[in-house]
Amino acid sequence: MNELVAAVPWLGRRNPMAARWLIIVLALAAPLIAMMFGRSWVRVLDFALLYMMLALGLNVVVGFAGLLDLGYIAFYAVGAYTFAFLASPHFGVHWPFWAVLPLGAAFAALAGIALGFPVLRLRGDYLAIVTLGFGEIIRIFMNNLNYPINITNGPQGINMIDPIVLFGWDLSRTLKIGDFTINSLYLYYYFFLLCVAGSILLIQRLQISRIGRAWAAMRDDELAAKAIGINIRNMKLLAFSLGATFGGVAGCLFGAFQGFVSPESFSLMESIAVLTMVVFGGMGNIAGAVVGALVLALLPEVLRDIAVPIQQMLFDRVLLDPEVLRMLLLSLAMILMMLLRPVGLIPAKARYAHPEHLPRKKEARP
Amino acid sequence: MITLLEARGIGKRFGGLTALDDVSLTINKGEVYGLIGPNGAGKTTLFNVLTGAYMPDGGEFVFNGSQLPTGKPHKVVGRGIARTFQNIRLFRELTALENVMAGHHIRTRAGIWGILTQSRFTREEERLTTERAYELLDYVGIAHLAEAVSKNLSYGDQRRLEIARALATEPHLLALDEPAAGMNATETAQLRRLIDQIRHDGVTVLLIEHDVKLVMGLCDRVAVLDFGRKIAEDVPSVVQRDPKVIEAYLGGGHKHVA
Repeated sequence: MNELVAAVPWLGRRNPMAARWLIIVLALAAPLIAMMFGRSWVRVLDFALLYMMLALGLNVVVGFAGLLDLGYIAFYAVGAYTFAFLASPHFGVHWPFWAVLPLGAAFAALAGIALGFPVLRLRGDYLAIVTLGFGEIIRIFMNNLNYPINITNGPQGINMIDPIVLFGWDLSRTLKIGDFTINSLYLYYYFFLLCVAGSILLIQRLQISRIGRAWAAMRDDELAAKAIGINIRNMKLLAFSLGATFGGVAGCLFGAFQGFVSPESFSLMESIAVLTMVVFGGMGNIAGAVVGALVLALLPEVLRDIAVPIQQMLFDRVLLDPEVLRMLLLSLAMILMMLLRPVGLIPAKARYAHPEHLPRKKEARP
Repeated sequence: MITLLEARGIGKRFGGLTALDDVSLTINKGEVYGLIGPNGAGKTTLFNVLTGAYMPDGGEFVFNGSQLPTGKPHKVVGRGIARTFQNIRLFRELTALENVMAGHHIRTRAGIWGILTQSRFTREEERLTTERAYELLDYVGIAHLAEAVSKNLSYGDQRRLEIARALATEPHLLALDEPAAGMNATETAQLRRLIDQIRHDGVTVLLIEHDVKLVMGLCDRVAVLDFGRKIAEDVPSVVQRDPKVIEAYLGGGHKHVA
């Protein structure tokens, strides 16, 4: 949260308290503002929050521990499919949300360890290639495990997944309080917001801890990290599994929110999109992941929305399909970003200690 | 004299090259032990074998009365051996304080659940780690740079920071790999005082150094390596006059060192 506060332009450094409140108010009011432009925008915001969780989780692996992971979406898939298996008519199992969520997280963590073990000795490009392959393997499994025994229902995916039910309160139904009705999209928004806030809190705690420092040490110089007694193997596995856990939780939420999962949601492009969010925002800091996810989740939708009217206005007809234009403009945004701000939107130095908590500051030696 | 570290017949080959050939030496508790020799004599290789970075091809180390594990750096550090590097290896993106705190990793116990829930034990340990790191920065004389990112520190300060980080692992034996390399006379004099202080505070020091004046002035005993063999081991004044040592450094035919 502190990093996020400091990232607020102008106000963040001058008045952190005001910036803090600004973030909270904006976060709470965002769906109401979005509603003015139409309901679909609230949905876009819901997805932006899911991407935020993914970016936060991937940031643990890539930003903190320095392990380039191009198959991160696989953990999202594991979470989503776990939810789909255990809470849908597909197997006829309908476990409650609170039972499935930890399972989804645990399976994703196990998948993280399963990926971590074989790649312990790999670094840089080689690591990227293997993780990329891992992501594809999971997707292809999901795609093909419908024969001879139908487990995943193949490319058709799994339908009619149970919605999130919190203590008997179904988030997918419109809430009525007297004359006042609250659409399910809002309910999901606030629930996801809570999840993102929780993730930020936990990840911040990890960052400023002996584990966060061990990750940063390993990232900056593996040999020196070994020489001060850091168990590289354990720390790498921990980074993979914890990063995967956030992906798994986001996957569960995605499955329940969407009500439908299929392998095509977990393509390589999605992994790259999440990685782009982390890099775009500023690697290794929480605020970067949050802002990167927000901007890159909203930008394509905004572009899609304004591409058609602008073209009609200029040329009286639509020359370029918004979908094509979207990728084009997004790539352009990335290129500009790399040229103008190669360290990301928010290049804040991540902190791994609380020096201000020292009881006294000693005078410097002459 | 109590023996702290004993190397017994350490051997290490890289392909056809014998980097260490049956090297045995004894380091006593509380001394500064110098390891010198011409370039390529095997000094750093001995360091790497000792600290677990390389597996030895033969021999063993006995430390504090029991055998050291080989090839497991984190276990060696846990037993109480810390090292610095010839070419400084700091965690570049971390501040000086964070570097030293990272060095304390092996002496802290907070687990993942403790950290996620911020248990009282975790918070207390974190506070102690911060305090201890600050004290160590003060000890090596760079407390005023605690919040500077380490890659921006001056060369001499980086050397000191690396020593502080090594001390944060709470070693019995501190192995310094050419700590004075690239330092000017003032910095070397400061380093010398620091090493004296460290020894005075009860940490045994193993020192690889090229600066002969520093070694002779600081070390209680010196071993000389040449082509992977130990050719001398004694107090500095004796080693200095050893004809084999003179020959190793200056080549045959010389009778005197100026």
